[in-house]
Amino acid sequence: MTPALQVRHLSTTFGHHGTPVTAVDDISFDVMPGEVLGLVGESGSGKSVTLRSIMRLMPHHSAVTGSVLWQGCDLMTMTEAELRRVRGGEISMIFQEPGTALNPVLPVRVQIEENLRAHTELSAAGRAARCLELMDLVGIPDAKRRLTQYPHQFSGGMRQRVMIAIALASNPKLLLADEPTTALDVTIQDQILKLILDLRDELAMSVVFVTHDLGVVAATCDRMAVMYAGRIVESGPVPAVFAQPNHAYTRGLLGSVPRSGTERSPLLSIEGTPPGLTSRPAGCAFHPRCAFATDLCRRESPALQDRAAGQAAACFHSDRVIAAGLAGS
Amino acid sequence: MSLFFLRRLIQLIPTLAFILVVVFVLVRLLPGDPTSAILGDRALDADVARINHDLGLDRSIPVQFVLFLKAVATGNLGNSITLKLPVTTLIAQRLPVTVMLTVMAALMSLVMAVPLAFVAALRRDELADSAIRGTFQVGLSMPVFYLGLILLTVFGARLGWFPVGGYGDSFGEHIYHLFLPAFTLALSLAAILMRNLRAAIIGVVGAEYVVFARSKGIMPGVILMRHVLRSALISTVSLFGLSVGTLLGGAVITETVFAIPGAGRLMIDSIYGRDYPVVQGMTMALAVVVSLTFFLTDVVEAWLDPRVAR
Ligand code: SF4
Repeated sequence: MTPALQVRHLSTTFGHHGTPVTAVDDISFDVMPGEVLGLVGESGSGKSVTLRSIMRLMPHHSAVTGSVLWQGCDLMTMTEAELRRVRGGEISMIFQEPGTALNPVLPVRVQIEENLRAHTELSAAGRAARCLELMDLVGIPDAKRRLTQYPHQFSGGMRQRVMIAIALASNPKLLLADEPTTALDVTIQDQILKLILDLRDELAMSVVFVTHDLGVVAATCDRMAVMYAGRIVESGPVPAVFAQPNHAYTRGLLGSVPRSGTERSPLLSIEGTPPGLTSRPAGCAFHPRCAFATDLCRRESPALQDRAAGQAAACFHSDRVIAAGLAGS
Repeated sequence: MSLFFLRRLIQLIPTLAFILVVVFVLVRLLPGDPTSAILGDRALDADVARINHDLGLDRSIPVQFVLFLKAVATGNLGNSITLKLPVTTLIAQRLPVTVMLTVMAALMSLVMAVPLAFVAALRRDELADSAIRGTFQVGLSMPVFYLGLILLTVFGARLGWFPVGGYGDSFGEHIYHLFLPAFTLALSLAAILMRNLRAAIIGVVGAEYVVFARSKGIMPGVILMRHVLRSALISTVSLFGLSVGTLLGGAVITETVFAIPGAGRLMIDSIYGRDYPVVQGMTMALAVVVSLTFFLTDVVEAWLDPRVAR
């Protein structure tokens, strides 16, 4: 099976007072058709920047290099017009804060319709019908009246449903979800996650799920890629990674999650804080916080290498990490 | 929305009542009194008493206020002392000129400010931005009457493109005559609006909902007009509304420089001539115009930002 999306050597730098800082550092990954990939990491690890870089939504003062192959075409070198066809039509995105990502001064209907207008040939009547259908699809009751309302008249969870309705308007093949449940109550979180999974099945979409929440990954994703300081440090099928992390950072993350797998808890068990954009340590960026670190780790940066069970990890001492297991962490 | 409209309309009533009180008090606080303005300094006591009685000035202040309200309610604002015409006639003659001048200036300033603010904001810190901001800074720092004189000398007297004074007879001629004065007035307002709108656009362009709109693959023009301009205009519209009062004040000076028979000049002449009924009537009329402007501004703002209209 060929991947739907192939990201190769993607790097994103910001012009930060003269010296550019690297937010995303040479990452590569694939997304298969119908697959849910979790992009996991603490805030500042570059996961959200990765999503926005893929869609070329970064602000002007940043530079993105590498390639993003979508159905054989490179999004990075496309013209603006070609890109517009892909954005919202074939690849859609939902954001973390529906409160700020929806335009406060436009009724919901307008915000759904403009997607339909851009990507479908539907008539005005057709678009109106599709708007109602989408509201039903994402589970917003009283659709007809709700369509005329403004975002501030919706609750947080309902707003996120609106955003999903907008994203799905033109039947995209890939959904990029940037922490879509972080801003919501726990019960609402579960509803939204379930909604996204149901829609994935119904519409045969692929999903890239950016999250800092391993519980969300365990509950929703097929494969995961763990990011630290702008790089992917480990990737693989979710059950395999959860059973046998190959990277010391992943091991630390998993140590903070109750073994039942679906309960949420923040990633706090690792000593210290992730490095800032301007103060990335030399060698393996994780070494100041790593119990397995050696001189080699402080000197050189480990490359992402394939391991058993479809996993890959960027760690010099995977064997010791594996030997230590998850106990006692 | 219509409920908001209604509520705002009702709120106009206390505003107008307040205007009435202020005007009544203000005129009685002016130095000198109307009777001596009419009769001169050497009037006989009997004449003074007669005029005072005619004007109702021999009554107590509360009674005078009731009489004043009655007069306003019946649309009778008295007669001009110097021009011997009903004040209502004078207002009907002069106010439209000033309103037209102000409206033209307001429109011109919008026509200048909106596109230039866009260019400046989207080309931030580039040459175009600096050039636009620099030019407007000069416009803003020049006094209105000075700017008016320069334009008048160059485009009126020297080049002969525009008339150097007067108001014309037809609507087309009015526009032609008012072009230079309106432009003079518009420049300083355009500078303020441009600065405000530029900052607002810069703020909105980076907003999450604009990024989300871009992720939908809609046309850049739609993003700019529907998502950026509309939100950015909200703060500019309220500034615009507040500026109209200033604009009317500027119109007084402009009308003097360009010899336009508007309300501003009449007002100045009347103040110098102690023509109290005219001052009173005109103040009231201008205050009504300003509060109507505020009302319209609120309505536009509510239309732009539905969160206001709750
Ligand atoms: S490479 Fe070294 S420092 Fe980095 S995670 Fe592995 S053991 Fe730790």
